[in-house]
Amino acid sequence: MTKLARELLFPLIAVVAAFIVGGILILIVGDSPFVAYRLLLGSALSWPDGIGYTLFHATPLIFTGLAVLVGFRCGLFNIGAEGQLYIAAFATAWVGIKFANLTPWLLIPFCFVAAIMSGAFWAAIPGVLKARFGSHEVINTIMLNFIAVALISYFVQYHYKERGDPIMQTSMIGEGAHIARFGKFIPGFPERIPLNLAFLLALLCCFLVYLFLWRTKWGYEIRATGSNPYAAEYGGISIRKQIILAMAVSGALAGMVGINEVLGYRYRYYDGFSDNYGFTGIAVALLGRNHPVGVILAALLFAALQHGGIYVDGFSEHVTKDIVQVLQGIIILFVAAEAFFKWLVGRRPSFQHLRA
Amino acid sequence: MRDVFTLSLIASTLRLSTPLVLAALGGLFSERSGVINIALEGKMLAGAFTAAAVTYAADTRLGLGAASPWIGLLGGMIAGLFIAVIYAVSCIKFKSDQVVSGAAINILMIGMPGLLSGAFFLSSGSTPQIPKDRLLPQSPWFIAIVILAIVAGIWYVLYKTPFGLRLRSVGENPEAADVAGVSVSRIRYSGVLLAGMLAGIGGAYLSIGQSSLFTRNMTAGRGFIALAALIFGKWRPVQTLLACLLFGFTEAVSIQMQGVFKLPSGEDIPVQFIQMVPYVLTIVVLAGFIGSSRPPRALGIPYQKEK
Repeated sequence: MTKLARELLFPLIAVVAAFIVGGILILIVGDSPFVAYRLLLGSALSWPDGIGYTLFHATPLIFTGLAVLVGFRCGLFNIGAEGQLYIAAFATAWVGIKFANLTPWLLIPFCFVAAIMSGAFWAAIPGVLKARFGSHEVINTIMLNFIAVALISYFVQYHYKERGDPIMQTSMIGEGAHIARFGKFIPGFPERIPLNLAFLLALLCCFLVYLFLWRTKWGYEIRATGSNPYAAEYGGISIRKQIILAMAVSGALAGMVGINEVLGYRYRYYDGFSDNYGFTGIAVALLGRNHPVGVILAALLFAALQHGGIYVDGFSEHVTKDIVQVLQGIIILFVAAEAFFKWLVGRRPSFQHLRA
Repeated sequence: MRDVFTLSLIASTLRLSTPLVLAALGGLFSERSGVINIALEGKMLAGAFTAAAVTYAADTRLGLGAASPWIGLLGGMIAGLFIAVIYAVSCIKFKSDQVVSGAAINILMIGMPGLLSGAFFLSSGSTPQIPKDRLLPQSPWFIAIVILAIVAGIWYVLYKTPFGLRLRSVGENPEAADVAGVSVSRIRYSGVLLAGMLAGIGGAYLSIGQSSLFTRNMTAGRGFIALAALIFGKWRPVQTLLACLLFGFTEAVSIQMQGVFKLPSGEDIPVQFIQMVPYVLTIVVLAGFIGSSRPPRALGIPYQKEK
């Protein structure tokens, strides 16, 4: 078996197994799994809405998937992408509002820098805490998620909400900060579909993350730290530095969700916008075997499910879009339990005695 | 400031701490045996949903009357146990990464209640309302006595019984425990399953004690606050209880304040800053700024028996 086939096999088995378990649940709930799954996956293939929205939903998932991937490669578990992307989206909107009158040539780069730096900053906090005090990044990123949500909610409620607006959202960013939607370039692709240039940025980031991790000295040192911190340290790598660097890069990637959300979609910060992107990023990275190409494929799958969930809600009798979350959970459980499948295979009788 | 510390605030602190205490002390069993428990949130959700659904069904369909909430409570406990079995098998038998499996359980349990309640009650948002006289008792005295009894019981089990000693030794040094003839995986199973039962009861108290129905994602991060309390309480029962009371108090204050908290000097503190307190304290304590909070030594490491 070639390496590639092996890399594809386990994720594939995990997805199929999750769909079987999910199918049994759908049966219990009282619907036909085939009908539900056709709604769930089939709707993603229609042109232009299905494909447009699937790619749009995939954009934040690619960013958060990459964020979790970079952490994993350094042996760190960044559960904090959710908090990082909230901080970053707000910072992006803040720059877009504060400097609304700048020319797009300056404003858009400013907003990008805001998204990237604020995400990196928020993720560097648990990085520093781990490097300096050895405190576990999982706990700290979870705590920082809640702190981020409360902090931004405070800023929006007390300082950046338009007077009298009942919705928790900031005012609009300057027009110069908007980035183009695909409808601008592709004939027949309606501009109401919010798929925008951030999708291309996400693909570019996949390539850049690949280059960074596998073709630069910093990336090598991060991976060395991740695969064996003792050996890395013995080899002269400062693992404290790598931990902080990896967390910052991870947070920068999560922060770019803010570009898609604020500059390409809503043109303002909307409180609670994230549909669990940070946590789905964990599923994306794991299912994508912690490789940038795998992340794209996994993000597309989860985005398609997310889009299909709306149709399941509308057209099936009992099943609701909650099935998407359920499938996601089961997929991660199976991906994590690789040993489970090896155990299954190992228990299969080999029937060797029949050959004698 | 004076009118903040009323009797009703104390009562509501007790009420709001109860689910935290149950979940955190459950987490304590699991973590002291060496298994990380970020899945407390998911187990609480399972308990909350099942308890509300079972209580409603027991009352309206089976006509069990005043016994319904207790049957609901049992249902919530079994639901927490069921989720814990999945978690335990994946972490202990198949040696999955504990944090990954925990995250998976949490994501799974965001969706599962909606899926089931959409099918059984034709509303994925919430379960039907349960009448007031079919809820768990709310008296502060009753709650206080129950909490104290549970903490005392857990303290006794942890420090005064052979099981507690084995549990702690498996969490600190599984190799040594194994050599001494303790079955590491059996002890860890017990720890994780106990955690599931207690978190399930904690969740049940949310839906059929504090509230009268299950609503989507009703735990709203309480599983993580319980985890925070466990760390803040340095993985010890009495300290964890105190941490839960403190975090319950911050929640009670932020509810009672409805927006702003007045300092004696007349300045306002927005409610968001009060909500942050448990999380900030946990980070500070974990970093060792105020006394150090050291996790069990083998926490998070699957045990591979030498062959």
